[in-house]
Amino acid sequence: MLQVKNLHASINDKEILKGINLEIKAGEVHAIMGPNGSGKSTLSAVIAGKEEYEVTDGSIILNGEDLEDLAPEDRAHKGIFLSFQYPVEIPGVTVTNFIKTAINETRKAKGLEELPAKEMLKLIREKADLLEIDRKFLSRSLNEGFSGGEKKRNEIFQMAMLEPKLAILDETDSGLDIDALKVVANGVNKLKSKDNAVIVITHYQRLLDYIVPDFVHVLHNGKIVKSGGKELALELEEKGYDWLK
Amino acid sequence: MNLKEKLVSSFLAFENKGVLDLDSNVHSIRSKAIQNFEKEGFPSKKDEEWKYTSLNSLLKHDFSLFPKTEKPIGFKNVKEFLINEIESYTLIFIDGVFSSFLSDTTHDDCDVCILSSALTRPKYKMVIDNYFNTIAKNNNSLTELNTAFSVEGAFINIPKNTIVPKPIQILNFSTGSEKEALLQPRNLVVVGENSHVQIIERHQNLSKNTVLTNSVTEIFVHKRAIVDYYKIQNDTKDSSLIDSTFVTQKQQSVASVNTYSFGGKLTRNNLEFYHEGEHITSNLNGISILNNKQHVDNHTLVNHKYPNCESHELYKGIYADKSTGVFNGKVIVQQEAQKTNAFQQNNNILIDDGATINAKPQLEIFADDVKCSHGCTIGQLDESALFYMQSRGIPKKEAKALLLFAFGNDVVEKIKIPQLKSRITKLIAQNLGVNLGFEL
Repeated sequence: MLQVKNLHASINDKEILKGINLEIKAGEVHAIMGPNGSGKSTLSAVIAGKEEYEVTDGSIILNGEDLEDLAPEDRAHKGIFLSFQYPVEIPGVTVTNFIKTAINETRKAKGLEELPAKEMLKLIREKADLLEIDRKFLSRSLNEGFSGGEKKRNEIFQMAMLEPKLAILDETDSGLDIDALKVVANGVNKLKSKDNAVIVITHYQRLLDYIVPDFVHVLHNGKIVKSGGKELALELEEKGYDWLK
Repeated sequence: MNLKEKLVSSFLAFENKGVLDLDSNVHSIRSKAIQNFEKEGFPSKKDEEWKYTSLNSLLKHDFSLFPKTEKPIGFKNVKEFLINEIESYTLIFIDGVFSSFLSDTTHDDCDVCILSSALTRPKYKMVIDNYFNTIAKNNNSLTELNTAFSVEGAFINIPKNTIVPKPIQILNFSTGSEKEALLQPRNLVVVGENSHVQIIERHQNLSKNTVLTNSVTEIFVHKRAIVDYYKIQNDTKDSSLIDSTFVTQKQQSVASVNTYSFGGKLTRNNLEFYHEGEHITSNLNGISILNNKQHVDNHTLVNHKYPNCESHELYKGIYADKSTGVFNGKVIVQQEAQKTNAFQQNNNILIDDGATINAKPQLEIFADDVKCSHGCTIGQLDESALFYMQSRGIPKKEAKALLLFAFGNDVVEKIKIPQLKSRITKLIAQNLGVNLGFEL
C-alpha cells in the first residue's frame, strides 16, 4: 500500500529525515518508535504533505502513485489520514460542521454527491458512539477547550468518519489516561481491516498493548536503525534506546 | 464652485422650497447647522479624527443634492434587500423620498413613521423639541451638514412599556436617477421606559452610479429600555456611506449597535454613546470584510459618566487586496464613573500584503475603581490550522474561508434575530467568495 523509498526531508535547510525506507501492506499495523527529535513527527507530517518540509530526495508511493506533487487535501482524498499529536483548536467551527465539510469535500473530490444530511447525521452518531463521545460534544467548537483526551478521541472520531486507507497516529497516546487510551485503542481496532493500514507513532510501549503492531521500527537521527516484530517494543521498554545508537 | 460652496448656496433654496411647514425651532437648528458647516467645511486628514480616512477623492464629485425621483421602483426591485423571512415594519426611502407604497408603517402602539411628518405635525412637536438634534449638535461638520438639510428619514417613537412586536427595517435606496447623488437621511429614535425595539438599517444603491450617503441617527434610550440596532453595508463599489449614530442612555438601559461592513467604496461608522444614569450597558459590535481598494473606518466613542455602567466593544476585520481599515475606539471614564466595566476588543486579519489596518484604541480613564481592558491583534491566517484542515481533505481555499468565517463568528453570534443572523452569515460567505457547504 505505502512505499517510502530513501526519503530525505528538511525544514529551513536542516535535514531531519536522512533516508527512510518503509513498506506497508494492507492489513498491517506498523509502530514507529524512537527518542525525542528522531524525526517521528516529521515523517508523519511529510507523508501527510505539510508544505513547510522539503523533500530533497526519495519518494512516497501510495498504491502505486507518487505523492510528490500532491497537496495535503489531495493526499487525504486518496486515503491518508494523520491524527495530530497536537490537534489545532478552531474556534467557531463545530465538530459536526467540520467533519461534514471534510466528508463532503472528500466525496466531491471522488466525484460523488454530498452525503444527505440524514445519512450524515446517522453516520456521525454511529461513530460518536463507537468512540463513546457525548452528543453535546459534537456541537462544541473544534478542539477549543477540549481536554487532551477529548482532543485525541476527536481525532479518532474523524478517522472513523473518513475511513482512511492509511492512518498515521502521531503520539495518540500522549495526554491520555488509561481509560481514554483503551477507548481510543478500541476505536482504532474496530476500524482496522484487511484493506487498510495503520502507522502508530509512539514513545512508549503502553499503547502497543492495545493496538498490537505487526512490525516495530526504531527511528534514530532521521533513519530507521532497527526493525522487528512486536517483541522489539518490549525490548525497548526494558532497555531504552541507548543500545541502538 | 466646489461641493462645499454648492451646499451652502443650496441651503436657502432648500429652506424656501416651502415643502415644509417650518417649525421655527427646527428652522433655527438648521440655520445654525449650515453656519457651522460653512465655518468648518469638510474634515481633512489634518483633523485627528480623520487622520486615516480621506474624503478628498469623494468630494470631487459633483453631487446632486436633491436627486430626481422619477424612476419607478416596485417591490420586486427591492425585495432581495429586505429580510423577508420575518414580519416587520418597513420604512423604505427611494432617493431620499419616502415610499408609502413600499413601506409598512404603524401608529398603533408606537409610531413607526417618517421624520418629515414628525417635523410638521403639532402632535409630534414635543418629541421634536425634546430630542431632535440634541445629541448630534455641535458634533462635527458632516453631522451639521446633515442637520442643515435634514428633512426625511425614520421617525420611531416608542412609548413606555411597549415591546415592539416585530423588527423595524429602514431601507434607503438610490436609483441612479442622477450620475452622482448625495443622500442625507436623518433618523430619530426615541424608546420609552421599559420598552424594547429592534431595528435593521440598510443603504443600497440600485444602479452603478455614484452615491454618497451622509446619514445621521439619534437614539434615545430611556430607563430599562432595550434597543438592538443592526446596520448592514453591502453596497456597490461606487457607493460610500458616512454614518453617524448617537446614542443617549438612561439608567439600566441596554443599547447595542452592530455594523456589518462588507461593501461600498468608503464606509465610516461613527458611533457615540453617552450615559445619563447608572447600570447602563452599551454594546458595540462590528465586522468588516473588505477587498480591492475598499475602506472602512470604525470610529467609536463611549463616554462613561456615571458609576456602575458597562460597555463592550468587539470589532473584527478581514482585509484582502489593497483594502484599508481603521479602528479608532475611544473610551472615556469620567472621574465620577466608578465601578465602570469597559471592554474593547479589536482583531484583524490581513490576507494580502497590500492590505492595511490602522488600529487606535484610546482609553481615557479618570476614575480609579474601574475595570477596563482593550485588546488589539493584527495577524494572518494560522498556517497550522490550515494544514490541519487540509489533512482532513478540506481544500486550502475552503479551509481559508472556513477559518475566516470562524474568525468573524463571535460578532455574528451577537445577532438576536435568527433570520437576520442567517442573512448576515450568507453575506459573509458571499463576500469571502466561497460557497460554503455548512452553517455555523
